[in-house]
Amino acid sequence: MISLAGRDILHSWGKFVFTGVGLGLLIGVTLVMAGVYRGMVDDGKALLDNSGADLWVVQKDTLGPYAESSSLSDDLYRGILAMPGVARAANVTYLTMQVKKGERDVRAMVVGIVPGESWGAPGWPPYLVAGRRITRGHYEAVADIATGFKLGDVLTIRRNRYTVVGLTRRMVSSNGDPMVFVPLKDAQEAQFLKDNDAIWQSRRRTEANPAFNRPGVPGLLDTVNASQASSSSVNAVLVRITPGAVPDEVAQSIRRWKRLTVYTRTQMEAILIGKLIATSAKQIGMFLVILAMVSAAIVAFIIYTLTMDKIREIAVLKLIGTRNRTIAAMILQQALALGVIGFAVGKITATYAAPLFPKYVLLVPQDSIAGFFAVVAICALASVIAIRMALKVDPAEAIGG
Amino acid sequence: MKILPLQRRTLALIAVIVPLLALLAYVAVRSGPLAPVAVTEAKVESRSIRPALFGIGTVEARYTYEIGPTFAGRVKRLDVHVGDRVKAGQVLGEMDPVDLDDRLRAQEAAAKRAQATLAEATARQAYAEAQARRYEQLYAARSTSEEILTTKRQELQIAQAALSAAREDLARSRSDLEGLRAQRGNLRLVAPVDGVVTLRDAEPGTTVVAGQAVVELIDPKSLWVNVRFDQVSAQGLAANLPARVVLRSRSGAALRGRVLRVEPKADAVTEETLVKVVFDDVPAPLPPIGELAEATVDLPPLPATPVIPNAAVQRQGEQPGVWQITDGEPSFVPVKLGRADLDGFVQVLDGLKAGDRIVVYSEKALGPKSRIHVVERIPGVSR
Repeated sequence: MISLAGRDILHSWGKFVFTGVGLGLLIGVTLVMAGVYRGMVDDGKALLDNSGADLWVVQKDTLGPYAESSSLSDDLYRGILAMPGVARAANVTYLTMQVKKGERDVRAMVVGIVPGESWGAPGWPPYLVAGRRITRGHYEAVADIATGFKLGDVLTIRRNRYTVVGLTRRMVSSNGDPMVFVPLKDAQEAQFLKDNDAIWQSRRRTEANPAFNRPGVPGLLDTVNASQASSSSVNAVLVRITPGAVPDEVAQSIRRWKRLTVYTRTQMEAILIGKLIATSAKQIGMFLVILAMVSAAIVAFIIYTLTMDKIREIAVLKLIGTRNRTIAAMILQQALALGVIGFAVGKITATYAAPLFPKYVLLVPQDSIAGFFAVVAICALASVIAIRMALKVDPAEAIGG
Repeated sequence: MKILPLQRRTLALIAVIVPLLALLAYVAVRSGPLAPVAVTEAKVESRSIRPALFGIGTVEARYTYEIGPTFAGRVKRLDVHVGDRVKAGQVLGEMDPVDLDDRLRAQEAAAKRAQATLAEATARQAYAEAQARRYEQLYAARSTSEEILTTKRQELQIAQAALSAAREDLARSRSDLEGLRAQRGNLRLVAPVDGVVTLRDAEPGTTVVAGQAVVELIDPKSLWVNVRFDQVSAQGLAANLPARVVLRSRSGAALRGRVLRVEPKADAVTEETLVKVVFDDVPAPLPPIGELAEATVDLPPLPATPVIPNAAVQRQGEQPGVWQITDGEPSFVPVKLGRADLDGFVQVLDGLKAGDRIVVYSEKALGPKSRIHVVERIPGVSR
């Protein structure tokens, strides 16, 4: 027995393969679109994973530190350390800003982490791809590789300059901005210290205020100025709990006794994915649906035209008494073969195109498998129309005009 | 001949489809979560490291002299400006005496008057004494009444009291005079040491309150850097350790110095240990007081132990450890870490021995089921 579909494909294999490749590019775009969505969600999860925290302690009644701004005193962590079930607690600051290197600037999230020999304190990047961890308490930075910075580069953040001593990977904010880790005290300065002009102006204002500049009290003005320039706030305290402790219970006791807002990992994920990237994710999801529909329509058209091209041959087949089943199987097999080629091309292009995107594109095997079955299903459905056309054809057409 | 074209077509189709499927299989296995993680490996070395501590601080003067009047007054003249070098004993300026000279003259007159009063009291006492003696003799001869004698004795006592009062009055007047003279002398603002003027806080004509500084001097030889070390990385700080100081304005050059002392009181708010670092040679030109400086304190080298790059240290729960490579398979080995240096190396006290192969950098976080393939450099890292 010979395979009709195989013979037909061999007959015009060039056309068939190129159609498959074209379809594959379309499927590739769909897969990438799914990857973009997965990447967005993964950015949010990466942010939480990389912080290495079990609990996030933030300013009361805020959704901080990622979704809202939050400000805490930097000595609060001592009290939190004393709570039962808390193994480690570390201050952290987050600030998204432009980080300058020479003429170029990069949008990055500057993370202030507790420096010193306490690697593994919450907030530290869990692994590096080059260089070393921060060892000095000031003016060193570990940058994400996506910033494009190299080891030894000197970055300017506010008025200070930082040397890049280490590089890391996939350390991103929920927006996908790469992170730059700097020692906490520098980051506090970067976040809360005003620029020099503002400081001078504020000093002049204070000087002009008779309440602060009293001739009878020398030194009062300096004291007031000093108190205005100091900053001792952080955005959040990252807490790691002891093995065996229940996150919700520890969180509840901090909420109750410290009167702060505490989020567990589950709650934080809900905030990031449910609130922060919800609309963007829906946007991408909408695109994905439209793309899938367009792909299905195009597959249907392609198979329809392929069938219409050989409508005369089908008529001949019918004329010589080929069974309908055989003809239908031929069209279905061709459609499925087209789908398989398209999927293979699509998967390969998506894989190689994904790293070229500025934001993270995550191709999940489950998506690919689901995509494969979707493609097969769409091809099978699309062939139904072509099969109907083929079966309706009048054998007389083979000899007629 | 009929078969051949068909075969050629079949071959061509196979030539397209087979590589395509092979590529698909490769892509499915080598990318995404199924792919092996690219890592770089290193050998654990046994060597000595030299820990160092890094802190920042400001240039300060150990001795600052704030010179001003001891009582409220007006500045009459000020001869020095900021930056002037002055010698010990040099007159820097003077306060306006206002009415002090007049008060001085009045006090002199008062002293003379007290002198005159004393002379009068002396005369009265001498007379009263003579009278008392005379009446004693008369009484002895029974030529006068006892009452009159008692009166004369009492007059003598009163005269003696008046005399001592007049003496004390004179002493008081003289002391007042001395006090005023001292104040008059104190109107001059005198440099207590050789130094540099750093502040000129009032101009002639300005009224200042008692104790307010008019001129501030520093002793340039006493410059030091008040360095703050984060307490988490202040282990081993001690006096006399060598230090390198880099001033913000001279970032290229490190100045040599040493730790003078570690302050017994730390800053409780900023969680920093305070240390005073003195220069071996006072830098010239003098750095401005308050300039930011970075100080690196070198600690003595430690004996050789297994040493790993700090980038290799990973964490599982609260347990630090490293991924050791044995026969191409990674396994997490808990380690006990010792001291670290500023160049990114850390001692391993327990868990590894020299020559062990460990993962330094990895493309992503490793887990117990990760497959690895060792590369020279993680993809994407440029030199």
